[in-house]
Amino acid sequence: MEKTQVLVGLASCGIAAGAGKVYDKILDIRQAEKLDFSVKRTGCIGMCYREPLIEVIDATGSYLYGDVDENKALEIVEKHVKSGEPVKEYIVFTDLFKTEDNEFIEGQVKIALRNCGVIDPEDINEYETRGGYKAISGLVEGKVTPEAVIQNVIDSGIRGRGGGGFPTGTKWKFAYNSKSDVKYIICNADEGDPGAFMDRSVLEGDPHSVLEGMTIAAYAIGASDGVIYCRAEYPLAIKRLNIAIEQSKKKGYLGKNIFGKEGFNFDIYVKEGAGAFVCGEETALMASVEGKRGMPRKRPPFPAVSGLWKQPTNINNVETFANIPSIILNGPQSFNCYGTEKSKGTKVFALTGKIKRGGLVEVPMGITIREVIFKLGGGIQNNKKFKAVQMGGPSGGCIPEFLADTIIDYDSVNATGAIMGSGGMVVMDETTCMVDMARFFLDFTQKESCGKCTFCRIGTKRMLEILTRICEGEGKEGDIEMLEELAVHIKNTSLCGLGQTAPNPVITSLKYFRNEFEAHINNKKCPAGTCKKLLTYTVIADKCTGCTVCAKNCSVNAISGERKQPHFINQDACIKCGVCYNKCKFEAISLT
Amino acid sequence: METKIQGILDRYPAEKTENLIPILQDIQDHDGFLSQESVIEVSKYLKMPSSRIFGVATFYNQFRFTPLGKYHIQVCRGTACHVLGSVTVLDEVEKNIGVKAGQTSRDGMFSLEVVACIGACGLAPVIAINGNFHAKVTCESIKEILDNYRNQE
Repeated sequence: MEKTQVLVGLASCGIAAGAGKVYDKILDIRQAEKLDFSVKRTGCIGMCYREPLIEVIDATGSYLYGDVDENKALEIVEKHVKSGEPVKEYIVFTDLFKTEDNEFIEGQVKIALRNCGVIDPEDINEYETRGGYKAISGLVEGKVTPEAVIQNVIDSGIRGRGGGGFPTGTKWKFAYNSKSDVKYIICNADEGDPGAFMDRSVLEGDPHSVLEGMTIAAYAIGASDGVIYCRAEYPLAIKRLNIAIEQSKKKGYLGKNIFGKEGFNFDIYVKEGAGAFVCGEETALMASVEGKRGMPRKRPPFPAVSGLWKQPTNINNVETFANIPSIILNGPQSFNCYGTEKSKGTKVFALTGKIKRGGLVEVPMGITIREVIFKLGGGIQNNKKFKAVQMGGPSGGCIPEFLADTIIDYDSVNATGAIMGSGGMVVMDETTCMVDMARFFLDFTQKESCGKCTFCRIGTKRMLEILTRICEGEGKEGDIEMLEELAVHIKNTSLCGLGQTAPNPVITSLKYFRNEFEAHINNKKCPAGTCKKLLTYTVIADKCTGCTVCAKNCSVNAISGERKQPHFINQDACIKCGVCYNKCKFEAISLT
Repeated sequence: METKIQGILDRYPAEKTENLIPILQDIQDHDGFLSQESVIEVSKYLKMPSSRIFGVATFYNQFRFTPLGKYHIQVCRGTACHVLGSVTVLDEVEKNIGVKAGQTSRDGMFSLEVVACIGACGLAPVIAINGNFHAKVTCESIKEILDNYRNQE
């Protein structure tokens, strides 16, 4: 009989929730009691809402435990590992019986995330036992031609997972056709879209799949150098990538004459980004790798012709590369059997916001937004009403509830005005103000604009001023029209994707939630109750018991009243912090 | 000062100007910020005008030109955190330590920075203190967390 295995999810989010302590605790118990079971660290298991997660695999099957702390870990080791009796109340998923979290896992198809949460990301041998490096070694040993590799990628139908959606195989073909002695492969790991963390999870959970994907690309287009441009905000991802690169080099999977093939040289190094959203744009990214300000340039020439150091360069996103080894090893049909006519395969989404079960999900293209949110995600927190979902981050838009049956593929999502983007899905309920959301994104793009194009630099600032004004109750007639006019100009006169898509969150919000803008401007009201300056807190005299809690907690002494008498809020002094509303036990404060 | 930076510079060949960003990152890791002196030092080494180095350094959000506090607080203002109330979180931290984002408290104890997204969206709202994440923070838990750091003194 195999030894019982305990896996602890140790990606950034697990660690943030306290998985490090749980891991140490389990190791301590094993040592102290000289127990015979193996403990393994692994990457993101995906159920962020249940972190820290540990999985126990014994002779009877696998059991995933959620919300584990040190005490629960002790109990699980005591009862399950030692005595073989699973602790049912902490189990969130198992093959053996149904749990309330079953739907989260069952609706998924894992290709890019095939190893995340399964293997130890810091051990190359574990990657290899799961078929790792078999794709690239198969190509080299079988003397498969680069053309055939590219054809396979084209046949799989995979499109760029960073958000652009350009067919990956076609991109490779362009780079292959460019004649040069030196070519580069770049992996874009500058995941800047706020609200998305798919790439981080892949890098932390399965770095070798990205390295293998890049090596296959190098084989196909004839590149000798690879760069992974990773956000400096992801220290754990950078650490694990560097470990993975070291291990691959030792095994001869990177370096000179890879897999014994004379002249097949490929090296990868990690370049840390320095915190600029615009560097996710490919030409800006290359400028940054060259040590310059990360500003985009005009295309053409495209990177496939003249990229890094003016040499042909192929840039793909982390998730795209992570899919490649599986496509090569299992054939294009293993990928394109999922999806719709024009969008094949699966896509990873980071499901966050006001959702019950937030986390990382990989679903086949063609599934509807509603299925993802209500089936996998379990619906909205606190049983509030679903209002909209934001897709595509600062370049995307808010898709309203009545369009929730839209299927997820590049073209259907584009038709709503949002974009597929890199995979952020931020769910909003009735208490989220759409004007405030539009302002939030404009604030972001305005700060991140590199300043090269006038309309992007100044136009976004003007749009932000107008939106701020509306949120503060100073909106004027004509503001909406001015926003629309500016949006058109910014889109038309910007060089790169950042500017061209910056107005999207405003345009879609105006399209679907115009009434909220009008309520802010004309009635000076925020229907969602978010915009502070438009709120009024008043005491409901009938309900107030005169307990004085509100008055004691008011930091600006705006509440007055005698003990056991109804209190009164002085509106001129009130700073609308909401403390009285939250502290009142009798629901005697009304918010309008 | 000179010798400290020299150790970092020696790791990078002087003729490769593409190493500018990694050099600045290493210096900031070491000193906590980029001082005028260190930028001039780099400029001499790479034979690059210091104006150009400042041009690059100010372009990226990561680089700072003032020293950090002993405990560096990063408040995440990503979309998921925003939807779950990170504005209030930021207000609360600012009130608690008495400085605004981008500043360092007078006693040098805390510095505060707003970051776009630290990628822990599943645990929103999140703050990080010296790289340690604190998940699902509330106004009450912030007080507790910060008091814990104060008590360590």
